[in-house]
Amino acid sequence: MAQSSSSVSDAPPRGPIYEWLNDRLGLDWFLAFARKKTVPDHAHTFWYYWGGISLFFFVVQLVSGILLLMYYRPGEQAYDSVREITYAIDFGWLIRSAHSWSANLMVLAVFIHMFSVFFMKAYRKPREFGWWSGLVLLGLTMVFGFSGYLLPMDDLAYFATQVGLNIPKSLPGMGPIIEQLVQGGPDVSSVTIQRFFALHVVVLPLVFLGVLAFHLWLVFKHGSALPPSEEVKPEPQRRSIPFFPNFMLKDLAMWLFALNLLTLLAFLYPWPLGPQADPLAAAPEGIHPEWYFMSQFQALKVIGRYVPGMAGELLGIGLFSMGGVLWGLIPFFDTRKAGAARARAITWFGLAVVLGLAALTVMGYWEVWSVAE
Amino acid sequence: MPEQESKGDPAPATEMSEAVSRRAFAARVGLGAVGACYAAAFGYPVYRYLAAPARDAAELAAITEVTIPRENIPPAGSVLMFKFGAKPAMLIHHADGGKVCFSAVCTHLGCTVQYQAAEDHIHCACHGGVYDSRTGKNVSGPPPKPLPRFDVIEETPDGPVVVKRV
Repeated sequence: MAQSSSSVSDAPPRGPIYEWLNDRLGLDWFLAFARKKTVPDHAHTFWYYWGGISLFFFVVQLVSGILLLMYYRPGEQAYDSVREITYAIDFGWLIRSAHSWSANLMVLAVFIHMFSVFFMKAYRKPREFGWWSGLVLLGLTMVFGFSGYLLPMDDLAYFATQVGLNIPKSLPGMGPIIEQLVQGGPDVSSVTIQRFFALHVVVLPLVFLGVLAFHLWLVFKHGSALPPSEEVKPEPQRRSIPFFPNFMLKDLAMWLFALNLLTLLAFLYPWPLGPQADPLAAAPEGIHPEWYFMSQFQALKVIGRYVPGMAGELLGIGLFSMGGVLWGLIPFFDTRKAGAARARAITWFGLAVVLGLAALTVMGYWEVWSVAE
Repeated sequence: MPEQESKGDPAPATEMSEAVSRRAFAARVGLGAVGACYAAAFGYPVYRYLAAPARDAAELAAITEVTIPRENIPPAGSVLMFKFGAKPAMLIHHADGGKVCFSAVCTHLGCTVQYQAAEDHIHCACHGGVYDSRTGKNVSGPPPKPLPRFDVIEETPDGPVVVKRV
């Protein structure tokens, strides 16, 4: 015991508990590794926090989701159990509100993280797998959102799922597959809830945790990427701070900020529960998907005006799928070797994507609200 | 950390390191207090959320009497199992017409006990505990205490039977 503490002469003396653990788990190695790890410090450092913030909201989702599992009953009783959680169980409204708000904040944080990675060109060699695994995590996050949205089985949940599943049904051959494998019948029903439930609380978390572990391992392996404006600077002019404890403390501060924001939102704007889903009732006026599906929803609507019927749907789905594939292939176009002109073009392309998605989203809400009035 | 730095240093340095350590101490206490506030602010709702059904059950268990309609009273030599609040109870109608009522929760480890008419005793299948069927006294096996007894009140021979906490 005394030997190991004297061997690390510059390390500050630690308590007997630390020594006891260190002798058995080799904590010194982890600390030395964490200290050696540095994070670049420059004008765009702010954008490095968004991966951590996404991770934080994911952890909130795990914890609040496990708490909701204590009372949620899938299948026929889904709506009743969510009503109990919201109105009868002490602080149930708060836990459910936190879960819903945190889901939305997580999607937002993941989007910001993705676009900041995009504009810093952090998908370039050797970080291509970070980009791809990140896109997979984004896709999983959206499936999480879609599957979780049905679980309360109120009227919005029912129609949103009905519409959401009808879009891919328009693809040739997909109708029977979705009815038989996803929906479990011709309509969204308690069978669908049971399936979405299994997907939402078992399948997706398992897959997500695996991909997340890979993603985080890559982050540790390659470290944070330098934006091109920093890359051109000579080595001595670049500044960095140690990951531990400096950057980690800043990370924690951001998490605390995220936690406070989430708490405020969950308290001040408790997540509502609509009337129970009734397939015989008409869909409510102005029904629309969650904001992160709004751009796709609006794009289908717009395309439908010019190309009516199935062809429009197919065109819309085709365009979005192609866009997604192109987005994933960006690391192959925009390499360091490809030159500055192409790098600039890709940046403009990214800006166009951001503006396009934002414009479609705003347009979607504009139409929805003007119909509701 | 500060003790190490102050070793062998002249007096002013010691004073300063003491001041630093005082500040560090205050920061630690402050951080601990804020952390405790956060833990309480998040722990309390979670505790209440998880404890809600137990509280509801406790409210249910707080009743003091149960009224049993006459038609539910079992024939002589048999037993009626029913819920007294949240827990099972038993009304034994003895062959001689006497009626007694006990909690049906074994005082050993909480299994539900049964009335065995042939032996005229109360038996717990989990660990073989036996109770007297007239007094509820623990007769043999591991139970440490008699079964709690309820008063049986029959105001009229044909009216409902009221079972009351003693």
